[in-house]
Parts: sequence; structure tokens; C-alpha cells
Amino acid sequence: MKEVVIELREGRPRGRVPGRLFLAYLLLSVAVGLVLLGWLLVDVVGRGFAWVDATLFFDPPSADPQLAGARPAILGTLYLMGLLVAFTVPIGVGTAIYLEEYARKDRWYNRLLEVNIQNLAAVPSIVYGILGLAFLVRGLGLGEVLLAGAFILGLLVLPTIVIAGREAIRAVPGSIRDGAYALGATQWQVVGRQVLPAAAPGIATGTILALSRAIGETAPLLMIGALTYVPFDPTILGEFTALPVQIYNWTRQPQEDFKLLAAGAIIVLLVLLLAMNAFAIWLRNRYQKRW
Amino acid sequence: MQLARRRRRWGEGVVKGALALCALVSVATTVGIVAALLEPSIEFFREVNPLDYLTGTEWAPLFEPAHFGVVPLVVGTLSVTFWALAVSAPFGLGAAIFLSEYASPRVRKVLKPALEVLAGVPTVVYGYFALVTFTPFLRSLGLEVEIFNAFSAGIVMGVMLIPTVASLSEDAMTAVPQALRDGAYALGSDKLKVSLRIVVPAAVSGIVASYVLAVSRAIGETMIVLLAAGQLAQNTFDPFKAVETMTAFIAATAQGDVPTGSIEYKTIFAVALTLFTLTFLMNLLSIRLVRKYREVYE
Amino acid sequence: MTETHIEVRERTLASREPVFEVRDLTVSYSGVPALAGVSLDVYRRAITAFIGPSGCGKSTFIRCFNRMNDLIPSASVDGTILYHGQDLYARDVDPVAVRRLIGMVFQKPNPFPKSIFDNVAFGPRVLGMKDGLEERVEKALHDAALWDEVKDRLKEGALSLSGGQQQRLCIARALAVEPEVILMDEPASALDPISTTRIEDLMHELKREYTIVIVTHNMQQAARVADMTAFFSVEVGGDGRRTGVLVEYDETPKIFTTPADKRTEDYVTGRFG
Repeated sequence: MKEVVIELREGRPRGRVPGRLFLAYLLLSVAVGLVLLGWLLVDVVGRGFAWVDATLFFDPPSADPQLAGARPAILGTLYLMGLLVAFTVPIGVGTAIYLEEYARKDRWYNRLLEVNIQNLAAVPSIVYGILGLAFLVRGLGLGEVLLAGAFILGLLVLPTIVIAGREAIRAVPGSIRDGAYALGATQWQVVGRQVLPAAAPGIATGTILALSRAIGETAPLLMIGALTYVPFDPTILGEFTALPVQIYNWTRQPQEDFKLLAAGAIIVLLVLLLAMNAFAIWLRNRYQKRW
Repeated sequence: MQLARRRRRWGEGVVKGALALCALVSVATTVGIVAALLEPSIEFFREVNPLDYLTGTEWAPLFEPAHFGVVPLVVGTLSVTFWALAVSAPFGLGAAIFLSEYASPRVRKVLKPALEVLAGVPTVVYGYFALVTFTPFLRSLGLEVEIFNAFSAGIVMGVMLIPTVASLSEDAMTAVPQALRDGAYALGSDKLKVSLRIVVPAAVSGIVASYVLAVSRAIGETMIVLLAAGQLAQNTFDPFKAVETMTAFIAATAQGDVPTGSIEYKTIFAVALTLFTLTFLMNLLSIRLVRKYREVYE
Repeated sequence: MTETHIEVRERTLASREPVFEVRDLTVSYSGVPALAGVSLDVYRRAITAFIGPSGCGKSTFIRCFNRMNDLIPSASVDGTILYHGQDLYARDVDPVAVRRLIGMVFQKPNPFPKSIFDNVAFGPRVLGMKDGLEERVEKALHDAALWDEVKDRLKEGALSLSGGQQQRLCIARALAVEPEVILMDEPASALDPISTTRIEDLMHELKREYTIVIVTHNMQQAARVADMTAFFSVEVGGDGRRTGVLVEYDETPKIFTTPADKRTEDYVTGRFG
């Protein structure tokens, strides 16, 4: 009896050291990412904070870093976002509605559609740039214009919106649909008047998250010529640039000051992203339906 | 109470048609991508021997005489990818194990979104950091890295990919039924043993899927390598030297003044086709692996 | 109202005017019959109850009356249901019109995530009954015995109501489109006893104007409420397949006191089920 009690009290010393080492490895794993993130943020803010001023927001770029600003780039990013939402959300939500409410799941072409969307979600962003280059810029002769950029970014985030839309629509319980059908509503009445309004907050959240991915994308825009020195405000059918492209451009300049300016532009971009994500989270919490 | 004759509800048909058209946009995108890649590539491979392309170790499309061996670009891509995986694989898995097996729900609630932030930072910002801060830091440690080098880009990219690995691996681990763990605990195992001997093996196909996904993302990544890895197509695995990845080549060339229809123009598409094929195959593999672990438990 | 329930029942059954005539109905999912060979008549302004153990196809059957099974791609219906002599499943019949005339209340209250008013108004709105909307809503809520409790908060969300109130709201919603028949699939099974009693009392009121068909797993409820009762059971085929069948259909008192079939007797006396 006594021996048993002593054994229990002494625990299992053999397991202690490897257990502790393992835990250290796990904590290190978590720490690596967070430490680097913190380092990056502190570094960027430290470099760029002094350069976030009126000049950055309101002046066009210039060969002199003291005079250079990101105004065309900021406007370009805002215009891109606006065009993107106008074009991608209806098509993405339409696709989601089709797949969830109208498409018969046993038909091969509908399953192919689903697989296709999953594949598109995984295609590298630069390939979308290729699409834009081949068809819009060169093929259609549209040129290196803002509209092309918006179109390409829109296609890039389309799968994300479709997937988010489908989840939001799927979350609406079948009992709501049953109740509506039982009253004599047609399919579109059920979908349009019950399912969509109930899914709207989820769709909105997904859209904002997709948007925040889009505004950080650089490679596709580079491919369709957004790098050109753009000292004027952008127009839909004119040459353009965007914030991440401007950051890239300035980072490549030899002068040290341009690198600091780039850090300033990064701060603007990160703040914009932070605001969008915070809004998405607020939206989700406020309108989350508890079924 | 007469039952009404069936009304021609053509409005419903119109709606369904419009929605199906929306769905076709995604099909058109895929068709467009394939067409955009294939057509110039086919023309390219009429001028350049595919075997030379796939096995040639010199990439100099603008020289006289021009060389079109894609191997240096692939080597550059793989070199960066290797270091990215060297960081994201162990630390992504560690983070996943921690979140799945060790962390309390409160800690998870804070930590998981925090890690997701890593995935949300734009790649151009990572590229900036790698070039402007990380590389000089490595030099200050005494490492003889060039200004542009594969190592710096790879490490930073790896950290960016930690959430990718962690997220998918954690999904796979939480799918492992609690009953398996309980059985092991009841036999006197500690957390370390349960995690490494029960959970990880059970979730292995999901974990491998996450690695494959990370590799696919690393191969397709552009901005970090464009800014920090260089544009010199050296055929070397030396991490401290500059390299050019497939993506960097595509992006850099497209920015220059390249006349449509010229051979250099077509190189963009040939390399892009190679890139697309690689990532496509990796994605297929990843999806299959994910399906495998989902099937087992659901 | 000085008539007893028994007197009302006798008066109802005296006329026996069929609203539905079901002949040899079989419902299959992906070719496998779930319910086979059912024939019975449902009488006007009576309450007809379907009882039986779980899995015998009662819910499947009741959903045939308003063509809700159309929404399930793998379901197929063979046999006939005549509604006032017209084939309910004829090719040129509009399912939307069917559902307006034959309404349904579900087991778990399923109010829309909208206001109380918009819930009741949804049916009239989608069916194009735009005129006198407010009066319609008020009448429906009165008939569902809910008006007094919600008249001051019509704009509030329906989900803020209690379970019993939500179910009465669903009944009001169904009444708003002026149906002839109300189908109720276990309408009180998700509710507490007090709410259940209110729903049963409501059914007695409603049957003066409407024909009611209910599915219930609660025998006592059927005995309390129904004029006619149909007992369903499961037959296990040689291949192990379970198919629902109609065992016996008669006036409620007969089913519960002098059932003709032994299976019925076993069920109502609690020997199984």
C-alpha cells in the first residue's frame, strides 16, 4: 500500500525533460511568426512614420523624395476597389446562388463548375496577370488601363467571393425555405426574399475580406503595366498605378529616402487593411444570426 | 376550389439563366487562362526545342546567341521554396500542435487570429522587409549574403506561410476523434506522446496536404522574390547568392518594353505555362490528400 | 359554444364530404418505396390525424398533400390524390396554387428572421394579394389566437417570441393566404404542455372554417383532437426493406376503443410503438 502511494506522489520523472523540450519547440513555433510580425511592424512604422504626411497623401510622385507623394496610387487603389466591388460581387454572389439553390448536384457539369472554382482559387496571382496581359492589354487592345486592372483583380478574388457566398447561403436553415415554399412562393421568391437577405451579412463579410486581399496584390498589376510613372490622377481608361505598386517602385529606387517613403506608403496600406478587416469583424458580430 | 392551370413563369427561367451565366464567368476565366498560356507557348516551342528548354542550364533569352534553358529559373524557385518550407514546415506544424492539443480555448481565440494576420500582410510588404531589413540583419550576423539572395526571401516567405501550414494541419488534427486521445491518456501517456504518436500520425495526410499547399504557394509567389531574391538567372542552390525564380522572370520581363509576338514575349508564356503546370499538379495532390483525411473521419 | 366536442365530432362526420381522395399512393426515394399503397379520404372541416411509430412515413405522406415532396429531387409519387375531384399531381397543375390552398405548419416553429408583421404578410405579398394587407395580417393573428399578445409589437422580430407564440405565428402566417386546408406536421411536439394545450384548443376553433390534417406521435393528442384517425405502421419485406403502410382508418373513438386490426390494438394500448 505504502509503495503505491509513494510512486504516485513522485510522478513520472522520465517524461519531464522531453515533455518540456517539446513544449518549448511548440511555443517557439508560435513565437517565430509573432516575433517576425512584430519586428516587421516596428521596423516599418519606425522607418516610415515620419514620412506619413500631407505630401504623401496629396502630392504626385517625383524624382525628389522630399516632394514625392502617393496620391495617384491611393486614388488608383480606391478606384480599383470600387470597380472591383461593382463587377465582382454580383457575379460572385450570382454564381454562389446558382450553385447552392439552382444547380442539381448530380449533374456532371455542375460538379465541374465547383471543382473549377476550387482550382481557380489556388492559381498563383501572377497567372491572372498573364490573363490580363494576353487578353485585355494586348489582345483587346485595351491598353495598360485601370479598367483592365480592376477586371483582373476581380477575377482573382471571384473564387473567394463565391466560396464565402456559398457558405453564407448554406448557413440559412432549410426550415426557412420550407416555410416559404409552403406558403406558395416560387423559387426566386424564396431565394430573393428569404435566403439572400438572411445570408447578406455573411456575404458582406466575405466580400470585404476578398477586397482586402485584392488591394494588397501587386503582381497582376505589374503584368498589365501599372508600373509606369504616373504623375497624374488616374481615370478608368487611362494609365494608372496602385498603392502596392507604388511601394514596390519606391523600394527599388537607389536613394535611401525612397525606401523610407515606401515604408510610409506601407503604413497607409496597412492601416487601410486594418480598417477593412475591423469593419468586417464588426459586421459579422453585429449581424451574426443565431439559428 | 379550382386548382389553377400551370402558369408560364418565364421570370423564373430568366433568373436561372442569369445566374447560370454568372457561373459561366468562372469557366470563361479558366478557358481564358489556358488559352492565354497555350497559344504563345505553342509558338514558342516551335522555335525552341522543348528538350533544350526543359534541360538547358543557361537562361539568357536576350543574348546573342540566346539560351532558353529553364533549369536556372526552376532551380531558383526550388531554392527559395526549400528555405520557405524549412521554416513553415516545422513551425507551422508546431503551431498547429500547440493550438490543437495544448492551448486552452481562450488562448486559441487570441492566437489563431494573430497567426492569421501573418497571412494577411501583403506580399510586397514582406518583400520590402526581406530586402531592406532582413538581409542587412543577416549580414550584420556575419553571414556573407549578397544584397539579393534566395535565403532571405525564402525565410521571410516561410514565416508568411506558417499560417497556411498551421491552419490546414490543425484542421486535420482536430478532426482526429477525441476517443483516440482518451484511450492513450487512459493508458498513462503524457501529452507529448499522445501528440506525436497518436494525433500526428492520424492526421498525417492533412499535414502533408498543408505542406504541399505551402510549396504550391511558395512556387507561385512573386513579390517577395522579385524584391529580395534577385533577377540574375544563376543556376545555383547556394542560398546566399542571387537567383531568379520563374515568377520573378515573368514579372520583370512583362514590365519591360517587350514587343508583342517577339520571342522574348513568348518566353513569358512558356515559363508561365511551366509554373502553372507545377502549381496545378501540386494543388491536385493537396486536394486529394485533404479528401483522404476527411474521408477517414467524416 | 355549448356543444361538447363529441357532439361537434358527430355533426362533422355526419356530412362526410371528402376534400382529398387518396388512391393507392406510393412514395419512393431513389426508387425505394418509403410508403406504399395508401388509400383514404380526408373529410371537410374535420380534423384527421395520422398516427404510428416513427419511420412509418406519416410525414412523407402529409407532404404529398401540398406537393412539398416536389422539392426533393429523389422523391417520386405514384398513385392519385384528388382534391375536390381534381388530380393534384396532374401535369398542368401549378404547385404554387396548390400551396396557397393547402397550407402547412411544421414541427419546429420556423418563423422568418423578420418582423412579426412581415412574417404574416409574406404569403399575401408573394401571392400578389397586395390589397388590405394590414387587415389580412390582423385577421390572421386573431384567428391564430395571437393578436392580443403581439398587437403592440408588430414591428419587432419574430424570433423574440416564445416557442408557443412562434408556432401560433406560423399558423397565422399560413392562415393569411386564406387556404382551405391546413396540414400540421407534429405541430406541438417541440412545445411545452401549456402551449400544446393552446394549440389543440386552436385546432378546435380552426376546424369550423378549415380542414385540418395533423401528424402526431402523441396518441392522447389524436384522441383529444381528431375526428378521424389513420394508423400507419411499418412492414418489413423479405429483403429487409421497411415500407410504411396504412393499417386502419376510422373514426377516432373506434380506433382507440374497438380497433379492427391487431396491430392497431397493440399500438394504441401501448404494447409497442
